[in-house]
Amino acid sequence: MRKKRTPAKWITACRNHPMSFLQRVLVFLAAFITFSILVALIVYILVMGVPNLRPSLFAWKYTSENASMLPAIINTLVMIVLVLLLSVPFGVGAAIYLVEYAKRGNKLVKLVRITAETLSGIPSIVYGLFGFLMFVVALHMGNSMLAGALTLAIMVLPTILRTTEEALKAVPDSFREGSFGLGAGRLRTVFRIVLPSAVPGIFSGVILAIGRVVGETAALIFTSGTVTGVAGGLLESGRTLAIHMYCLLNEGLYTKEAYATAVVLLVLVIGINALSGAVAKRITKS
Amino acid sequence: MKRGNQLNFREFAMQIVFLATACVSILAVILICVFLFANGIPTMREIGFVNFLFGTTWAPNQNLYGIFPMIIASIIVTAGAILIGVPAGLLCAIFLARFCPPRLYKILKPAAELLAGIPSIVYGFFGLMVIVPLMQNLVGGGGKNIITASLMLGIMILPTIINVAEASIRAVPQSYYEGSLALGATHERSVFSATLPAAKSGILAGIILGVGRAIGETMAVVMIAGNQPILPESILSGVRTLTANIVLEMGYATDLHREALIACGVVLFVFILLINLCFSALKRRAE
Repeated sequence: MRKKRTPAKWITACRNHPMSFLQRVLVFLAAFITFSILVALIVYILVMGVPNLRPSLFAWKYTSENASMLPAIINTLVMIVLVLLLSVPFGVGAAIYLVEYAKRGNKLVKLVRITAETLSGIPSIVYGLFGFLMFVVALHMGNSMLAGALTLAIMVLPTILRTTEEALKAVPDSFREGSFGLGAGRLRTVFRIVLPSAVPGIFSGVILAIGRVVGETAALIFTSGTVTGVAGGLLESGRTLAIHMYCLLNEGLYTKEAYATAVVLLVLVIGINALSGAVAKRITKS
Repeated sequence: MKRGNQLNFREFAMQIVFLATACVSILAVILICVFLFANGIPTMREIGFVNFLFGTTWAPNQNLYGIFPMIIASIIVTAGAILIGVPAGLLCAIFLARFCPPRLYKILKPAAELLAGIPSIVYGFFGLMVIVPLMQNLVGGGGKNIITASLMLGIMILPTIINVAEASIRAVPQSYYEGSLALGATHERSVFSATLPAAKSGILAGIILGVGRAIGETMAVVMIAGNQPILPESILSGVRTLTANIVLEMGYATDLHREALIACGVVLFVFILLINLCFSALKRRAE
C-alpha cells in the first residue's frame, strides 16, 4: 500500500526527511553489499572451479598426480554416518528427557541448557585439541575416523538437542493427553505419538549437523588425520573433503584441484541447505 | 499384576536412560574442561604464567613461549571484524525485518542461511584468491594483514549477527512502531528510533555471539592473516592469532612445544567461556 516513489518524490523525500532518507539508503546498501558478497563468492568458485573438474579427480585411488578427491568424499560420507550414529541417540534422548520427563524448574534441566549453550559456543579448534588429548592420546585411538567422529559428535550434540527440543515442544499437548487417556504409558506415548509427529523437526536438526560435519576442518585435522586413502576401518585415519582441500592448499601445488574441491564442497553445502529449507517448509505447512 | 510391574520397570528404566543421555552434554563440558586445564595449567606454570601470557617472543626452538602477540592479534582482528560486520549485519537485519518485500525475503532469508553454511575453508580460499590480491593492489605488500583478516571475519560473522538481530527486531511489539508512525515519524525513523532501541539487548547478544565466532575462527584466518608471531606495527602488518598458532604448529610440535600450543588453546577457551558468560547474562536480560 506504500506510494510508488518516482525520482521527483525521491528528491522531495530527501529534502523533507534527510535523516530518514540516509537511513533508507544505508539499509538498502548494506543488504545489497551483503548479498552481492554471497553471490560473488558462489559465482567466483563456480566459474574458477567447474572447468577444473576433471574425471581424474574422481579416480578410485589418490596419487600425487591426480590428487583425487573421491576417497575424501567417501570418508566424508562415512564420517557423517558415524557422527549421526553417535550424536542423534544422545541428542534426541536428552531432548526427550528435557521436554517429556523433567519437571518445571528442575535444576538439572537448567544445567543441561547451560552446558549445551557452552558447547555450541566452543570453537572447532578447541574441539580439535580436546579430541586430540582425549581420544587420540588418552584413549589410544590414534588419528582415526572414530576419534574424529567422537569429537564431532560432541560438537553437533547441542544442535540436535536444541532442534529436537523445539520439535517436541511444538507437538500439541492434546496428542499426549489423548494417548494417556487411552491408557498408554509415558514411554508408549513418547515413542508412538510424540516422536513420530516431531520427526520433521528432528530431521532438520540432523541436516544442520550434516552441514557442520561436511564443512569441518579445524576439529578434524588432529583427530581423524590427513591420510589420503579411504579409511579401511574405524581406527584408521582418513581425510574428509574439507581437510583434503586444506591439505591441497597447504602443499601449494594443487590450486586447480583446490578450486575443483571447493566447487564440490559448495555444491554439497548448497544442496544440504536447500534440503533443510524444504523440510522447514513442510513443517510450517503441516 | 505382574505385567503391570514389568511395564513400570520398563518405564522406570527408560526414564533413567533418557536422564543419562541428558547428562551427556554436562559430562562433555566437564571432560573438555578437565582435559584442557589438566594439560594447559601445568605447562603455563612450567613456562611461567607471566612469561607465557605477556612474553612477546614466540620462538619454540629457543624455548621461548610468549603468546602476547597472538593474544593481541586475536583481539585486534576480532575488533576489526566487529567494526565491519556489525554495522553491515545490523542494517541487513533491519532490511530483512522491516524493509524487505515478502517476495524478495523468500530468496534472501535462505541466502543468509547459506552464508552461515559455507565452510570456513571455502571462505579462506576465497579470501586468499580474491581479497589478498585486492589488498596487494590497494596497499602493496603481501596483502595478508590485519585488514584482510578483519574483512574476511567481518563477512563470516554476518549471518550470526543478521539472524540474531533480525529475530530480536521482529520480537519488538508492532505497537511501538505504530505509535511512532502515529506521531508523524517516517517509516525509517520509526524503525530506527522506536523499534531498534527496544531490540537493543537482543542485538547486543548477537554481537557477542559474533565476537565468539570471530575469535574462534581458524581455517579462514590462517590462510589470510600472514601468520607472523610478532606484535603488529600497523594495521598493514601480518599477524598470527591464537587459533592460527595452534593449527600451524600442532602438526609437528613435540614435548613442551606441543604443551605450549595446548596451553594456547586453554587461553582461547577461557576467552570463549567469558564471552559465553556475557552472552547468557545478556540473553537472560533480553528475555
